[in-house]
Amino acid sequence: MRAFRAILAREFLGYFRTPLAYVFLAVFNAFAVSLAFFVGSFYESGIANLDRFFIYHPWLWAFLAPAAGARLWAEERRQGTLELLLTWPVTVWQAALGKFIAAWLFLATALAMSLPMVLTVSWLGNPDLGTIACGYLGSLLCGGACLGIAAVCSALTRSQVIAFVTGFLACFILVIVGYGVLDNLLSGILPAQYVSNVARIGLWRNLEPFTLGILGIQPLTYFISVALAGLGLSTLMIERR
Amino acid sequence: MALIEAKNLSKSYGTIRAVSNLSLSVERGEVIGFLGPNGAGKSTTMKLLAGYLQPDQGSARIAGFDVSESPVEAKSKLGYSPEGAPAYGEMTVKEFLHFAATLRGLKDAATRVHETLALCRLSDVAGQTVDTLSKGYRMRVGFAQAIIHDPEVLILDEPTDGLDPNQKHEVRRILAGMAERKAVIVSTHLLEEVEALCTRVVLISRGEIRCDETPKSLLARFPGKRMDEIFRHLTT
Repeated sequence: MRAFRAILAREFLGYFRTPLAYVFLAVFNAFAVSLAFFVGSFYESGIANLDRFFIYHPWLWAFLAPAAGARLWAEERRQGTLELLLTWPVTVWQAALGKFIAAWLFLATALAMSLPMVLTVSWLGNPDLGTIACGYLGSLLCGGACLGIAAVCSALTRSQVIAFVTGFLACFILVIVGYGVLDNLLSGILPAQYVSNVARIGLWRNLEPFTLGILGIQPLTYFISVALAGLGLSTLMIERR
Repeated sequence: MALIEAKNLSKSYGTIRAVSNLSLSVERGEVIGFLGPNGAGKSTTMKLLAGYLQPDQGSARIAGFDVSESPVEAKSKLGYSPEGAPAYGEMTVKEFLHFAATLRGLKDAATRVHETLALCRLSDVAGQTVDTLSKGYRMRVGFAQAIIHDPEVLILDEPTDGLDPNQKHEVRRILAGMAERKAVIVSTHLLEEVEALCTRVVLISRGEIRCDETPKSLLARFPGKRMDEIFRHLTT
């Protein structure tokens, strides 16, 4: 527990030691808000809810979770500190969990900075705050799933750039799955029932119920399993290095 | 009981056999000078002893604990500094040592950090980030994290590499001051270091031990030859 806490604190604060954290927080919020306003016609729609804000979050997480997760293991390898960390009396699982939770907390920080959106929509109208809270939960879980994928990509390499690019590509696939264009493409190759099954592994398909205020077992299980599978797989890869 | 005990350690990377059936036993008070040409398997052996790598065959014990079976107990008795003395570059020296002390579960972490900073003459740079340090200071930071918990077993991979003569002397002085309470393995390319510091020479080549004896008896076996000549003779 002590080791886990120490690693968590070091990793979380580590983000703020470099300009990365500030760039990340700025980019996330600039894009989250401007996509909602300018692309999602958040204001013109005249509806006091945030689903036009959340709809772009899979895109944001697909890009930014790998950016935050790239350093998890790749940086330890590059600096040679992995050899140090793993010859200190901590288990790989303590280290992995501390790192993962720290990165997730960092994503949560970025998300929390968008809370003025809630104030705006409350001032303009009378939104259902329960639905909004549910949307935030969904978005956070979606970020965790992308982070799980990023952790695996980071465990594969000593280059943060490669970790980021491969992580982004993997998440990007999960973003476009379930969009009409890809469905049309797939229905040319696969039978219809497979196409609808493939769409179910898309990020947006699983985030959408949350933004409508529905806490479904299936999307909840989906996000949590992707996050845990990523955490588990990356840890095993480090353990078996 | 030997504090370091390696039995028939073997490790291959693909088809390259880095360490082959290596056995070694180090008692308290001994300082082993671990010699060998580059690529002989020195670093691999040290990584196996420190539990960073798993051996293909054989076992290693640190202070009685099997490195594979009880890794946390074994590692808590061990201070290890890998080659090049890696450290978290974005942390200050003090933060880094404090982090190491916390992970090792030291109750008086702040005191130990303070003492270790003083012992390794790092107090002047305690507030500087590791990235901004010169090579000499960096190597000492790597050394400092290895001794912060005053371990019974110390494994140091080229701790004096790239240091100037004064800094080398300084590291040797600190090591000599604590050596009789510990079992120490130091890898080095500096043959004069072996004569100055070590109670035993272990020379390996192509993953196998070529000689394991005191520096005196080694020199006596080759009358009239210098250490570097003996080294060449045994490894080529």
